[in-house]
Formats: sequence, C-alpha cells, structure tokens
Amino acid sequence: MLLDVRDLQVRFDTPDGVVEAVRGLDFELAGGESLGIVGESGSGKSQSVLALLGLLAANARVSGSARLAGGDGGIELIGARRRVLERVRGARIAMIFQDPMTALNPHLRIVTQIAEVLVRHRGLRGRAARARAIEMLEAVRIPDAARRARYFPHQFSGGMRQRVMIAMALACEPEILVADEPTTALDVTVQAEILDLLAEARARTGAALVLITHDLGVVAGQCERMLVMREGEVVERGGIEGIFAAPEHDYTRALLAAVPRLDPPGGGGS
Amino acid sequence: MNDPLLRVRDLKVHFPLAPAWPWQTAGALRAVDGVDLDLDSGRTLGLVGESGCGKSTLARALTGLAPVSAGRIELDGRALGGERAAAARRLRRDVQMIFQDPLASLDPRMTVGQIVAEPLRHLRREWSRAERGRRVRAMLEEVGLSAHHINRYPHEFSGGQCQRIGIARALVVEPRVLICDEPVSALDVSIQARILELLARLRDRFGIALLFIAHDLAVVRQISDAVAVMYLGRLVERGPAATLFDAPAHPYTRALASAVPRPDPAGERSRRRIRLHGELPSPADPPSGCVFRTRCPWAQADCASQVPRLREHGPDRRVACHHAEAIAAGEIVAA
Repeated sequence: MLLDVRDLQVRFDTPDGVVEAVRGLDFELAGGESLGIVGESGSGKSQSVLALLGLLAANARVSGSARLAGGDGGIELIGARRRVLERVRGARIAMIFQDPMTALNPHLRIVTQIAEVLVRHRGLRGRAARARAIEMLEAVRIPDAARRARYFPHQFSGGMRQRVMIAMALACEPEILVADEPTTALDVTVQAEILDLLAEARARTGAALVLITHDLGVVAGQCERMLVMREGEVVERGGIEGIFAAPEHDYTRALLAAVPRLDPPGGGGS
Repeated sequence: MNDPLLRVRDLKVHFPLAPAWPWQTAGALRAVDGVDLDLDSGRTLGLVGESGCGKSTLARALTGLAPVSAGRIELDGRALGGERAAAARRLRRDVQMIFQDPLASLDPRMTVGQIVAEPLRHLRREWSRAERGRRVRAMLEEVGLSAHHINRYPHEFSGGQCQRIGIARALVVEPRVLICDEPVSALDVSIQARILELLARLRDRFGIALLFIAHDLAVVRQISDAVAVMYLGRLVERGPAATLFDAPAHPYTRALASAVPRPDPAGERSRRRIRLHGELPSPADPPSGCVFRTRCPWAQADCASQVPRLREHGPDRRVACHHAEAIAAGEIVAA
C-alpha cells in the first residue's frame, strides 16, 4: 500500500475548548489510484490531508498513524521530524490548493517558484531548473510559456494560476497528488479544462490522487473510490459506482438528493 | 401574453477607459452591450455566464448601482432610474437585491433588527414606527428566523442564516423585483437547497419577479422558468429552463452544458465535452461580428462580418447565432 492511514485524529485547542475536527479516519491508497473525499464545510476533509503533510495550524494536536511506503516498513508521517516531512512534501506528495492566489508567492516570478521546488528536491541548478520549469508550464498548456514564465501570479487569470499550481505540483513527479477543491473557484468551462489536465498528468506520471471536494459531479468523473465525511467521521466508503447507485447512509442519500441536476436523473449524458 | 413587469431594452453599461496617450480617442469597456430582458411577476429568469461576461454589472445597473450608458428600464410601462428623483426612488424600492457573500453584505455593527429595518426608514416613510417594527418581525419569521434573533449581530449566524437576513432586508420594503446575484454559491449543497426553496416560496407568496444570476447551471435550471445565457456583455441564447440545456442551440450554451460534471459515474464516462479555443476576449476590445467567433468550434467566414441578432428559434426560444440550425443538423463540422 502506498499510503496507509489509521485512526487519524485532529483536535484543535481553542479558547472555547477542544474542537474535534477529525475523529478516527482510516483509509488506504494504492499507487495510481484515485480517491475522493467528499463532505460539507467543517466535515474535516481538508484538515485530514493537511495533517498528513504537517501543515496544520499550531494549535492542532494530531494522533494516529499515516505510513507512506518506502524504506524499512515505510515512513511515518504523523509526528515526523520537519526534515523528514520536507523530503516528502513536494517530492513524493504534492498538494494543489483551492485558491492559487494565496498559495503562490505574490512577490516571485512563477518560473522562480517552480524552479525552487526542482532545486530543493531534484538538485537542479539555475538554468537547468528554469528550463525544466518552462517545460512544466508547457505541459499544462500555458500558451507562450517561455515569456509567461516571467510573469507574477497576479498577471494570470484564475484558471491559468491553477495551471501554474498543477505545474508546480507535478514538477518532481510525485507519487501522490492531493487536490483540495482544485476547481471550486473556477468557471465550468475552465474547471473542465483543469480536470482534463489533472487526468492527463496522472495518466502520464502514474500519480495517485486524493481529491477533496464538495462537488459530487467532480468526484463521479474523476475518482474510483470515495469517502463521505461528516463532522470528522467517515459515514460511508466504497467504489463510486456503488455509492452513487445505492447510497447506504442517510447522510450520503441526503447529500445526493440535494445536488441540483442539469440533466433529469437517470437520463444519462448526451 | 401580458406585458412584462420589468422590461429592459438595449441596455448598455460602458465604462470609459483612459487613453494611453493624449492624442488617442478614449475607448470604453463594454461590460453590458445591448441586453433585452423581460421579467414577469411570480416568475424566475435565470441568467448564466462565466466570470467577466457582465452578469453582475447588469444586476447592478438594474438596481441603480452601476451607471446606465444607454437603453431603457421600465417597470409596469414606466421608466425607472435616471435623473428624476421620483423615478430613481421607485427603482430603489421596487427593485431589490441580494448578494453573493452573505456576511460581507451585512453591517457587522448593526443588529439583525436594525439591518432589516434600515431600508424602511428611507423607502417606506409612510409606515408608522409600530408598523415598521411589526413588518420586520413578520419578515424575519417569513424567512425562517424568529423574533428572538432580532437583537443578535451578523457574526453570530451561519452563512445560510446570513443569507436569510439578506433576503428579509430585501423583501421587507415589498419590492416588485428581486435581483439575486450568486445568492447560493458560497453555501454548502444542503443549505443551498433550503435557500432555493425559500426563494421560490417567497416569490410565489408575494408575486415578485426574480432575476437569478449564477454560474452554476444546475442551480439555475432548478429555480428558473426561463434562462438567458450571457457572453461578453450580450445575450446569446434564451429559452425555457426545462429545455434549454437539453437541446442548446448556441455553440456557447452547448459548450457550457457539456462542461458541467454530473453526479452520475456512468454518465460522466460517456459525457463528450465541447472544447473552446483560447481565452475570453477583453470587453474593451470585443471581436467584430459575433463576439463568440474567436472561441467557437463552428465559426464560419461570415461570423466575423455580421453581428448575429437574438432571433426566433422555435417556440419561446431565441438564439444569436447565424448557423444554429446548420450546426444542429450537422451540416457544419466543428473545427
């Protein structure tokens, strides 16, 4: 198993007491597989993956286990030293965030930001790193990549910025891509292009995908298995075909029923 | 067919741009460039389009928040807005709006009671103090809040509840038209469904006309009777909500409908997407002829020279495309 998460718990100490954001999450991820984590605001879906990468706020307390394959018996991510996590983040597990404007550094040209990942994890230097960065931008179909590589993040549209994020995430050919609501802020036609790009990149590199979203349509098109989370717990898990055809938990059923449909249910696509 | 409640004809909102050099003529950003709309009492018109198409500017122009460059807005056959104080005042009262970000559109230092009562001080001066208080309490109950929320502040409420407060504030003056600009896009699906139910119920109860603006096609389909599709400041297609997305006629509507992911794994595997070329052109420099031609997979030579009008296309349907019939018949092949 590429990633094995057992009994993951995330608690936050707040002035109003302890908030239990994630209450015992288990899941496994095989190489190349795609897993959707679905839930509404506050269900703990984002906090669970941030916990794996050691990216939670300072008042968070994490327990449980998350073993990433490799070395003797794998690498334990929970409670790992900073040095260990830094070798994993970006290189073996890369993250794509919802809002590229806050995830990118506004003061740096994007070529510098992508090259930084390559310098740190792949030991590339100056010109070679920059050339590779431009190749990555071409791979995500940014037109005129050599010139636009010198742009700052604010000079791109939302969709183009999300392409830059994907280029950066793919720079070191990670084994796992974690995408947290990667298309939520985008228009439908741009969303469709970004999702195509992600699928294409995975087909090329064989990366596994953990897709966090509230959008059941996106999960239906991108994932093989899914977890439905509510209030920090998994209420249902399984293959997407089974869950969409016959949801077992009341919450999953309510969630599916609440989704407005463009096509009449059961009608299929054109 | 009765006359529409709100009639909009050839509405334009152009924002002047400063010329780069003094000898150049000043250009204009054509945010809304000749839009016709009809809204009927007790009905919902959905307006869809992507970022930058001008849908929010259109909403703001209809509520008097953006300057109208040309065109007419009539309510019950009488001109709205403009210079005359009475007409401007009637616009402010009869056309109300709710906004996308429910918390940001409420003043954090005012209580819910004060927020909902504020428009009455200006727009319903004829009502007594006691009458206004009664109306505020009644409206809060109408939107699913209760009288004991009246002294609370916006931050104490969830996003869905804040949107209910925004709806109460808009409807308390008894408007004829409610403009909803992305009212549910910041909310979770279960909350979204309840707000949509509330809007539909209030529309029917008070007989108001709803203009529902959103980028989520499925949400728009659910609440609307008719839908208009906007691209680069113009309407490109209009038709009944139930059929427009099943059989879109305009290439842009086709592309939009084909891009929406559906909560149906089998349907997703068979979904064929229409890909658009390039990026959205600038509304400061729109393409000649058909504004969509630069991205249209079916564009022909005459699309660059002739501006397509929003013409009849079957019952209750209008489309602004020279070749809609030929595309539907497969006579023109996508590039």
